[in-house]
Amino acid sequence: MSTGLSDNEIIGKVLRGDQQAYAGLVERYQNYVFTLAMRFTKNREDAEEASQDIFIKAYRSLADFRGASKFSTWLYTIVNTTCITFLRKRKLETYSLDHEKIFEMADSKDSGFRANLVEQKSRTNMVNEAITLLGHDDAEIITLFYKAEQSLEEIGKILGLDPKTAKVRLHRARQRLKEKMETYFAEEVKDLN
Amino acid sequence: METQKHIEEHLWDYIDGTISSEEKTIIEQLLLSNTEWKNKYLELLETHRILQSSGLEAPSLRFTKNVMEGISKYHIAPATKTYINKRIIWGIGFFFIAIFVGFLVYGFGQIDWTAKGDNNLSIDLSRLDINKFFNNTYINIFMMINVVLGLFLLDNYFSHKRKSFQKKV
Repeated sequence: MSTGLSDNEIIGKVLRGDQQAYAGLVERYQNYVFTLAMRFTKNREDAEEASQDIFIKAYRSLADFRGASKFSTWLYTIVNTTCITFLRKRKLETYSLDHEKIFEMADSKDSGFRANLVEQKSRTNMVNEAITLLGHDDAEIITLFYKAEQSLEEIGKILGLDPKTAKVRLHRARQRLKEKMETYFAEEVKDLN
Repeated sequence: METQKHIEEHLWDYIDGTISSEEKTIIEQLLLSNTEWKNKYLELLETHRILQSSGLEAPSLRFTKNVMEGISKYHIAPATKTYINKRIIWGIGFFFIAIFVGFLVYGFGQIDWTAKGDNNLSIDLSRLDINKFFNNTYINIFMMINVVLGLFLLDNYFSHKRKSFQKKV
């Protein structure tokens, strides 16, 4: 397997014809891609389908990766375009992420939603649920910074922003996330303390 | 309110480690001496820790296998730069610019700058000759400007539509 090799070394192997080496890249970035896809699709099944498309597209365009940026940065551009195309194709109802509306919708679609929220006490679930209550821009920057562990410079590159603007946007997103957690997950936050 | 925001920004920078050593020293002193700063710091640090400790979500166990099966049907496409000739792109760009400039030159060429505006419009609507309006120099200019503005508006409309869709998702 390609474990232990750097991204560029694996890419080199794949480009030289070792298709199986690509599995190393998939394993390394599947959670990153899947989490980002979840921010767009809001459900696991669609996120998984979109993530597969993303890795297939990335494989087909691998010769275009010049190594000027990190592989994850390049991959994010594919995540973004593929997810938008995916949603367009599916004609998914794009929900307004206004919290009142989302709870109204959740109540009407699944009365067990709130009950499930209370049950989901794990840190990851709570944070992920809170992130889904944010607007796309806020959710995106928090996911990139905390979950994908991208630096502000890299986030700036990915989102086409100045690192200072990315920093301000991150501050605001964290503030809004904190408010959501305090409003909707006060009990869980208390339990975690 | 503004001060609170200011404190938070500094504290986030301190937590993220994106400040200079002098600023770091100042903030550390503030944390020791100022209760407001200290409480805010603990609050933000908690949020930061919760966020840091939340991991990435994982797809199904078969995910890698599915992707590998998916790519087995494909070959890596050659790098774009190897088959896209920049001269063709430039050629297309020049073609459109030439059409646009040609249109403007032709339009301005049609204008009789010495002609006076036809102000003798008949009030009798039954004898109204529409062609008279379209032969008018100023109407030609007006139409040309409208076409150009229309193109700008169309471009603006499509880019706005694209942006609002991206924002929605």
